[in-house]
Amino acid sequence: MSANKHSKKHSKIHSKKTSKSEIPLVDVDASGLDVNKIDVNKIDLDEVAPSEVGEIDFYQKRERIYTRPIKGFYQRIRLLTGWPLLIAYFGVPWLQWGDRQAVLFDLPARQFHLFFISLWPQDLPLLAWLLIIAAFLLFTVTVWAGRVWCGYTCPQTVWTSIFMWAEQITEGTRNQRMKLDAMPWSWKKLSKKLAKHSLWMGFAALTGLTFVAYFVPVRELAADVLFLEASHWAYAWIIFFTLATYINAGWLREQVCMYMCPYARFQSAMFDGDTLIVAYDNARGEARGSRKITADPKALNLGDCIDCKMCVQVCPTGIDIRDGLQYECITCALCIDACDAVMAKMQYDKGLIKYTTEKKQAKQTARILRPRLLGYLGATLIMSVLFLFVIFTRTPLSLDVVRERDALYYALSDARFENLYLLKIMNMSQQDQAYVVSLEGLDNAQLIGDITAQVSAGEVYEMPLRIQMHSSDLDSHRVAFTFYVESQSGKYKAGAESRFLSPLNASLRVNQ
Amino acid sequence: MSDSWSLYVIALTTTMTVAVIWVLLANRRGTGSVDKTTGHKHDGIEEYDNPLPAWWFYLFMISILFGIAYLIFYPGMGNYPGLLNWTSVNKWEREQEAAEATYAEIFARYREIPIEAIHKEPAAMKMAQRIFANNCAQCHGVDARGSLGFPNLADNDWLYGGSAEQISHSIQQGRTAAMPAWGQVLGEKAVVDTAHYVLSLSFASQTKDYPYDSERLLAGEKSYQTFCAACHAADATGNTLLGAPNLTDSVWLYGGHLQAVIDSIQNGRAGVMPAYAKKLNADKLHLLSGYVYGLSRYEK
Repeated sequence: MSANKHSKKHSKIHSKKTSKSEIPLVDVDASGLDVNKIDVNKIDLDEVAPSEVGEIDFYQKRERIYTRPIKGFYQRIRLLTGWPLLIAYFGVPWLQWGDRQAVLFDLPARQFHLFFISLWPQDLPLLAWLLIIAAFLLFTVTVWAGRVWCGYTCPQTVWTSIFMWAEQITEGTRNQRMKLDAMPWSWKKLSKKLAKHSLWMGFAALTGLTFVAYFVPVRELAADVLFLEASHWAYAWIIFFTLATYINAGWLREQVCMYMCPYARFQSAMFDGDTLIVAYDNARGEARGSRKITADPKALNLGDCIDCKMCVQVCPTGIDIRDGLQYECITCALCIDACDAVMAKMQYDKGLIKYTTEKKQAKQTARILRPRLLGYLGATLIMSVLFLFVIFTRTPLSLDVVRERDALYYALSDARFENLYLLKIMNMSQQDQAYVVSLEGLDNAQLIGDITAQVSAGEVYEMPLRIQMHSSDLDSHRVAFTFYVESQSGKYKAGAESRFLSPLNASLRVNQ
Repeated sequence: MSDSWSLYVIALTTTMTVAVIWVLLANRRGTGSVDKTTGHKHDGIEEYDNPLPAWWFYLFMISILFGIAYLIFYPGMGNYPGLLNWTSVNKWEREQEAAEATYAEIFARYREIPIEAIHKEPAAMKMAQRIFANNCAQCHGVDARGSLGFPNLADNDWLYGGSAEQISHSIQQGRTAAMPAWGQVLGEKAVVDTAHYVLSLSFASQTKDYPYDSERLLAGEKSYQTFCAACHAADATGNTLLGAPNLTDSVWLYGGHLQAVIDSIQNGRAGVMPAYAKKLNADKLHLLSGYVYGLSRYEK
C-alpha cells in the first residue's frame, strides 16, 4: 500500500491519461484487489516502450507562473500562521535576557544562549534530540493533515507570498504583469521592474540582517551596519543571506519545492488513505464546461466545474489540482478559496475543491485515529516530555580530565609515584561560581595544587593537579578513580573518570 | 612534482574538463519519449519521464566556468602556481600576521607592568597560562612542577635565581648546565664516598636511616672540597651564576636516592633549557616571565 502511494506521488496518476490508457482513477483497494494476496509473479507488467519516441529537449524550459491573489477562509488561517512566525523571526533578536541578547548563537565563544539556558557544544545530543522530536512532530502532522508545514508555515512559502505581494503592488494584477513582461523595454516597464526589485531587495536585506543578528548581537550589528563600521565578515554574510532570500523568494520559488526540497518528496511516504489532502471532486465536477449562470447544468449534461481555471491561476506551483494529487501540491488551499468563491457566485455548493481524504473520495469509512497516527503522536509526546525533563534538570557544570601527555607517571625517590592531570572545569551556568575538586577511588592520595576555583559564568577554567600515591596504596599499575567538582553551594556536581598509572612491573612499583 | 607528473595532471584535467563540456552540450537534445512517460506501467501507475529543469543546465555551465576560473587563479594545473600565487603556507602566514595584529594590542597592555606585578593581573595570567601550556609544559608539566631532569618552577628553589631578571634571562637566552662526569677522575670508590657525603648534607636525608659510614663521609668530604666545592660552594649551597644546585635542601632534580646521586657524580648531567627569545615576541616573553615569577608566589 505504502509503496503504491509513494510512487503515486512521484508519478502522479493522471485523469487525463485515463481515457488513453484506460486505467481507471481508483485506489487499488477500491478496485477490489486484495493487496495482501497479490502474487508478485502474476503482476502484469505490460511494457516496453509503448511511449512515443521523437526528437526532444532534455531540459524543460521553465514556464513562468503568474499568480492571482485570492481571499478566503484558508487564506485568513494562513495569515494567522504566517504573521506570528514572521514577527517572531524579526522580533526575537531584539529581546534581551539579563544583560545579553535572549537568543544568541555565539559561534566564536561556542555558546548558544536560549533565554534561561546556555548550551555548549557538549550539549549537542540535545540538539540531535530536538531535531528528532521536530521530525516526529512533522510525521505526526503529515500523517494527519498532509503537507500543512509546506502550505502554512514554511519560510519558502511565507517569503514567496510576501514577494508576490510586492509584485502585485508594483507591477499590477496577473494580466497586467503578463502584458508587462511581453512588452518591449520602455521607461515605464523599467521603472516598474526597478520598483519591484528594490522592494524585493529591501525585504531580502532585512531578512539577511536579521539572520546574522542571531549570531552577532543585533543592537551592535544594526548600529555598525548603519554607520558602515561592521566587520567585513558581517557584511559578507548579510549580503549572502540577502541574495539567497532574493533569489529564493523572487526567482526560484516553486522550483525549490519541486526540485530542491527533500521534504516535499519524502512527505508522500507518510500519506495514507486517511491523510487530509486538497482534492477536486471528480464525480461532482465532471464534465467540466462553461455555461451561463442561469443555465441548468444537468440539462447541458455538465458537472459543477465551470472550467474557469481560477484554481490554476492562483496556484503558486502552477499545477492543475483537477489532475489529481500531485507531488507539487503544497496544500496552501488557495485553489479551495478560489473555487469556493466561484461556486458562491454560481450559487452552487461550496467544496468542489476541498480538504478531504482519499478514502472519503472513494466513499469508504474514514478513520482519523489510526495506529500509525497514534504511534507517531505517542512517540512525539514521550520524547517531548523527556526532553523537557532533561532541559530543566540539566547540570550546568561539566568536568573534563586530560592526563599529562608527556609521561605516564613520575617516580619519586621514596617509592611514591606522581600523575599529573589537567582538569577543565566548565561553568555552563549563567552565574559566577566557586568550585572545589575532590576525588573518589584513590585511598591516601595526596593532592598537589589548588583544588578551589573561582569560575565566571561561561568560562572554562584550567586546573593542573598532581596526585602523589605511595606504592603501598597501589594494588595495580592502573587504578581507576573519579574526579568530582562541586559548586560550593553544593547545588551542582559533576564527575569525570581517570586513571592513576604506575609501572606495569609490580617489583618496580614496590622496590623503587 | 616532476615535470612529467605535472604534464600528466594538466593533460588529465584538461581532457576531463573538455569531456564534461562535450557530454553536457551533446546531451541537450536527443531522442526520447514524446509523451513524457517511460512506458513503464505497474499496478495501474505509469512512470513519468520528466525533463530536468533548464536552470540545472545553466548551473552545470556555471560550475564548469567556476572550475576553469579556479584553475586559472589557484594552483591545480600541475606545477602552475595560479595567478594569485596562493599556497597553504602563505595563507597560514597571513593568518598569523592578522592574529598578531589583532592580539598585539591586548598583549601591549601589560608591557608597562613590571614582571613582578603581572601575576596580580588575572587576565594576563590566563593568557600566560596558555603560552606556558603551548611552549613550556612539554618539559615542565602543565602545573609547572617539572619532573625528573626538568626543574619544578612552582617551588621557591631556583637553579639560576628566582628574581624577575634572572627568570626572564633563563627564558630568553636559555641555560646550559654542565655537571662534569667525575667517574674517571675520582674512581669508583671515591664516587660512592662523595655520594654518601652529598646525601648526608641534604635536609631530606637527615630524616632517613642511611647506613652512613663515618669513614666514607670523611673521604667523601675530602673529594667534595677538592672537586665539587668550586661550583657547589664550600657549604654546598650552590651557585646561581653557574646553575649549580644547592645540595643541602631536599630538592633533587635527578633523583635524591643514593644510586641517582652516584650516577650524577659518575656520568655528569647536562640539562638544557632552550632559548625562547626568537620563538616568542617580546610581549609574550614578558607575560611568560611574569607567569613563572608568579607561580611560586602562590605556593601554599
